[in-house]
Formats: sequence, structure tokens, C-alpha cells
Amino acid sequence: MPVMTYRDALRSAMAEEMERDESIVLLGEDIGLYGGTHLVTNGLIDQFGPKRVIDTPIAEGGFTGAAIGMAMSGLKPIVEMMTWNFSFLAADQIIQTAAKLHYFSGGQVNVPLVVRGPNGGGVQLSAQHTHSLEGFYGHFPGLKVVSPATPADVKGMMLEAIRNPNPVIFLEAGALYGTKGEVPEGDEVVPFGKARVAREGTDVTLIAYGRQVPLLLRVADKLAEQDISAEVIDLRSIRPLDTETFVESVKKTNRAVVVQEQWRYFSVASEVCAVLQHEAFDYLDAPVERVSGAEVPAPYARNLEIAGFPTIDHVVSAARRVLYLEK
Amino acid sequence: MLLQYLLLPVVFIILVKVARRATRVKSVPYGTISHMSLVPHGEASVSGAAPHSFGTIEEAVVSRASVPDTSTDDRQAAEMDSPSPVDSQTERQAHVAYDAEALVGYYQKMVEIRLFEDATTKAFRQGKIGGYLHVYSGQEATGTAFLGAMKPEKGDVAIAAYRIHAHALLLGAHPNNVMAELYGKGTGIVKGKGGSMHLFHAEGGMLGGYGIVGGHIPLAPGYAYGLRYQGKDGVVQSYLGDGSIHNGAFHEAANLAGLWGKSGMCPTLFILENNQYGMGTSVERATAMTELGRKFESYGIEWERVDGMDVQATLAVAEQVQERVRETGKPYAIEAFGYRIVPHGAADFLEQYRSKEEVAKWREKDPIPLLHGQLIEMGIAEDRLEAIRAEAKAKADEAVKFAEESPDPDLSELLTDVYADDTYVEPAG
Repeated sequence: MPVMTYRDALRSAMAEEMERDESIVLLGEDIGLYGGTHLVTNGLIDQFGPKRVIDTPIAEGGFTGAAIGMAMSGLKPIVEMMTWNFSFLAADQIIQTAAKLHYFSGGQVNVPLVVRGPNGGGVQLSAQHTHSLEGFYGHFPGLKVVSPATPADVKGMMLEAIRNPNPVIFLEAGALYGTKGEVPEGDEVVPFGKARVAREGTDVTLIAYGRQVPLLLRVADKLAEQDISAEVIDLRSIRPLDTETFVESVKKTNRAVVVQEQWRYFSVASEVCAVLQHEAFDYLDAPVERVSGAEVPAPYARNLEIAGFPTIDHVVSAARRVLYLEK
Repeated sequence: MLLQYLLLPVVFIILVKVARRATRVKSVPYGTISHMSLVPHGEASVSGAAPHSFGTIEEAVVSRASVPDTSTDDRQAAEMDSPSPVDSQTERQAHVAYDAEALVGYYQKMVEIRLFEDATTKAFRQGKIGGYLHVYSGQEATGTAFLGAMKPEKGDVAIAAYRIHAHALLLGAHPNNVMAELYGKGTGIVKGKGGSMHLFHAEGGMLGGYGIVGGHIPLAPGYAYGLRYQGKDGVVQSYLGDGSIHNGAFHEAANLAGLWGKSGMCPTLFILENNQYGMGTSVERATAMTELGRKFESYGIEWERVDGMDVQATLAVAEQVQERVRETGKPYAIEAFGYRIVPHGAADFLEQYRSKEEVAKWREKDPIPLLHGQLIEMGIAEDRLEAIRAEAKAKADEAVKFAEESPDPDLSELLTDVYADDTYVEPAG
């Protein structure tokens, strides 16, 4: 299997699918001539031309709405949010129109739309440019929301996103664009709503998605040094949420820590906890722990930023708490 | 919570009573419009309105240059700055002749809409229709002409806001299914899932039906781009109200339309239905630059204003601009200048934002009596028009009967149509 970066895997999914399907177009700010702010779309304008790789003015609401119109007309647009932070300007289009159009048209209209871009922080972009929006978009019925963590998944899930007849919120782990991994060649679709056991273990279940998955693998290494066997679950998909995989894991380990970069309250971790207390109540040997971002707008200074996100130490500590090894 | 729900109907009944009293005191006949009101209000409009003369509507506007409410400076600026303005209304009328028989057909459509809307208003006040209800009365001349210029066989579509019962009807939706939708019945045109604001009839090119002011406008240039990208010949009509033109979504959409139109990739006909009020806020209270059509100029989009109260004026323009947009692939904008002779919504009882004199003045320009007068002048017999009104009334009554007798949606419909593949369904409760 070839090894490639998260960024290249993502680009190859779009390029391969665009070769197969002419109805796919890309829209976004500086995705063409500039090459994309994060180089995800670099070179695609040369390959597919400006009619298919459309540089837009800086007007997220306008071009996202236009992409919905394109989807209604029979195209399969992929919109790049330069970062998901700018999607608030398009939230009316995404939430009020894309998510609901199929329902309030009584099933007459489909919106096969992908909105993608880097999500989350970690590179000192401070308050307005640092958000993790899984919980926010995961809240709305009508959207499918995914957050792939590996190069293989980002390719397979992008293929699925493009072929899906619904609006898909594709939250990329921006901090992982340069990370490498094996990626299957060709048409390997990763279906939505199916979590992945990233590492097997027996003592405690660590649950995350996106950028926190590689963090949890390092945590598991650390815990292994202390003879603690951690199982790591990568949710992959936020809506639909595969509850079965993590519930089964917790039934085996009887302990769980849910880790996310986003704020604690009303978050994905809140939802996972609710599911666990309902589906695995009798199996839990300790209250489920959440490790989340600090309840502050993201700060700029490097040390403050690091302190505000989940770290290996935070998660190791939480795992030890659910094992009653520390308070 | 429960208490609030119990109190809601009580508050509603009180509001209805207050409104009825207000109506009596002010003697403003906004309520149900009997079909007798479809004949002219005053003798002047019967005898004075010759075809193609604007007769009694001296203040209604035919072209940009004759707008009464804008300053001379504005008008001059408009004349000077408008990119190759199309000011050939008079010329068009000379060669686009609608004979009396064709106009009788338009009269029929307009009367059908009016009486349908009267029936919806009545049903709303009886508590049989829920939610919001925005009726089209007074604006029929615009929708009738422009939607009539669409060619669904070429892929033409309309994307509109929420004052849209007429748009659905004019694009071939059956009145029974539209009324049933308003009643929230399973036979409704979108299965009881959308209501008054979300009517769709995709088969006829009616693609909604959106309730967030301005939010639907960007869909149009995108749809138009999609049509040209796929090598299709269609045109998108984008309906918007004067209230939406101050919203960022309008400006972003117009900018994209102008931009994509440069390469012939945006066959969008914007139809700005300026009824002079965004809910209760008049144009003058919403913007310093009140000549709304000029806002399109910022984005390289040509436009013209038509008298939205006279179907002969809208007809004179509609087909030509539709075909022009089809041919060029460039957006074009119409400002249909008119008036909402009814309240904003069926729950807008007090109308404190405008005077009854103003409403009365505009009701004299009601497009249906105007056309009626023109038809009489042309020698159409009153009996025939009376028969059209009676038939339209019967259709509206039939729609009400159908809606009332239709079953509620099956409860299983709650959870369908959330996702297009319907493979992912979360349980209720």
C-alpha cells in the first residue's frame, strides 16, 4: 500500500472521483490559482480547469448557498471552508437550507453537497480562528458529520461523502495534514456511521475522533509502560454516531475516557457519556471522564494554547482516575 | 410549558377579536375580500383605463426614470449610471400586443390566485391553518406575467421566498394540494412537512419555498451555473422582496451572479417584488438609497423597473427578458414596483406602520379591477368575466373542501425525508 500524507490522500480522493464523475465541481476561496491555503486543492485547477475548480470571492454565505443551488441542479459540489471558523458566515445556508431542504420539500429535492475544510486549532491562530465544530454541526438532523483521523480514512470517507446524496460536513484534522499513513489504492470507500478500533486493549476505553486519535495512541503507549492496557476507539463519524462499537468496548473494559478538543458542555463527549450511562450502566466500574478544551476562547501564546487543549498528561491522568489509581 | 400552550389559543382569540374591532372601527376592508371586490373600486378606473395607458395609476411607475419617491438627483444618477439601460418599455408595448382573448386568460389566473388567497385568509382566521400565512393579494400582475414566461420544457425554474402560494399555483401545482399543505394534511404538496412557506412543485419548476429573508437568493446563481455547466438551456427566476435586499445574502448572491454572468454561466432573472414594505418597515426606513433596482448595478447586472400593478406592463417585459437571459447567460433584474394591499401576514392585524389612506389609495390601483376595466374597454362582456370569477370561487371552495376532508399525514411521515437515502433514521422521543 502506498504511503501518503493526509493532505495528499484527501486530494487524491477528490481528483480520482472528479475523473470518474463530471458533475463534481469545487468552490472556495483561493482553491484554484493560489493552490488552496492549505494546498489541499493544489494543482487541481490545472487538471480540471476553472469551470470545475472555482475560485470564489470571500463570501462564505453566498458561495455555500450557490453550491446548494448547484446541488439542486444536478451537480455534486464540494465547498472548501478555508477553515471551519468561517463557516459561521455560511451557517444559515448549511443549517437552514442544506440540512432541511429535503425534508421541507417533502423529499422532492436532494442536496448532494460536501462542505470540507480544516477543523480545530493548535497552531496559535487564537480565538476567532480556533474552533472544533463537531458538536455544533452534529446537532442538526439532515446533516451527516464526519471527522476522519488517518490518511486512509480521509480518502475513503471523502469518496463516501461525494457519493452520499445528502449534505456532508467534512471536518478535517487540519493539524494532521502533513501526517503520513498507508492508503489503499483505488476505490476503497469508508462508510459513515462505523467507528474503528484503533488499538485493542482490556483495561480502559479511550474514545476520540480526528486530531485526538493519534494523541490517544501515544497515551496508550504511555499507559502500557504502567501495565495498563488501553483500547482506543476512533469514532470517525459524528452523525450518524456508531454507538455500538464504543458501548461494546466499554462492556469489556468497564471504564471510559472521552477526549475532545472542543468545549466540554453540550459536546460530542457529552453525547457519548449519555449513551454510555444508558447502554452500559451496569457495566461501568467508574464514572466516565471527559477531557476537553478549556472553557475559554482560544488564547494565542503557545504555552496557554497547549494548556487549553487535551494533552497526553491530561488523558493519562483521567485514565488513571477511572482506574482509581489517582484522584 | 404546558400553560403556555394552553394560553396560546386564548391569546390568539383575543388578538382576532381586537383585530376585528379595529377593522370595524377603521372600516378598512382587509378581511376576506369578496369576489365582488374584484371589479373596479371607482368609476374612474372603469372608464379611464385604456389599454397601455396607465390611467388612474398616475403614481405607479413604468420605468426607472419616472419613479415618484426618489430624488431628482437619484433619478438622474440612475439614468446616467445604469449600464446600457433598457428603457424601451413603450417600444415593447408597441410590438408585444396582448389581445383581449389572451388578457382574459391572465385575468382568469389572477382571479384564481386572489380567491384562493381569500380562502386561505379565511381559513387562517378560523384557526384551520397554522404557522404563518403570507398572501399575494395585490401582486398578482407580477407573478402571473413572469412565471408565465417560463418554459419548463427547457428546464426553467423559479426559486422564491415565502409569499409563494401564487408561484406554486401558476407553475401548475393543483390548488387542492396547495390548500391541503396549508391545512397540514397528508395530501399536501410537500406531504404536510413544509406549510405555507415551503411549497415545492419540482415537476413544474417550482423549487421553493424558503422562510429566511434573503437566505434563498444565493441558490439561484448556483442553480443557474449548474444549468449552463450541464449544457442546459434553462433560466432561473429568483424572486425576492424589497425587505431582503438589505441582507448580505442578496449582495453576495448578486455579486456571484454578475461575476459568473461575465462568462455566460449565470442565466438568472432576478425579480425584485418591491411591495414597499419589509414586514412593517418601509423602504425609506430601511435604506438611504431607495431606488432598489440600482443596487444590482453595483454587481454589473442590468435592470429595469416595471409597474407591478398592471399585468399589461409586466407582460410587455416578461417574455423578452426571460429570453434575453436565456440567450446571454447573464443575469438581469426586474424591479416590479407594487404594493401589498393586504397585511404582511394573516396575523398582521393592526398595521400601525402605514395609514389607512395610503392603503386605500393603493387599493384603487388593485391590478385585478384595473385589468377588469381594461377588458371591458376592449369589449369583453361583463357576463364572461363574472363567469370567470364564479368558476374561480368554485375552485377555491373545492380546494378548501379537499383540504378539510383530507387525512392528516401518517405519523410515520415524521421520520421520513430527513436524509435522501432514508437509510439513517433516528427514532423519535
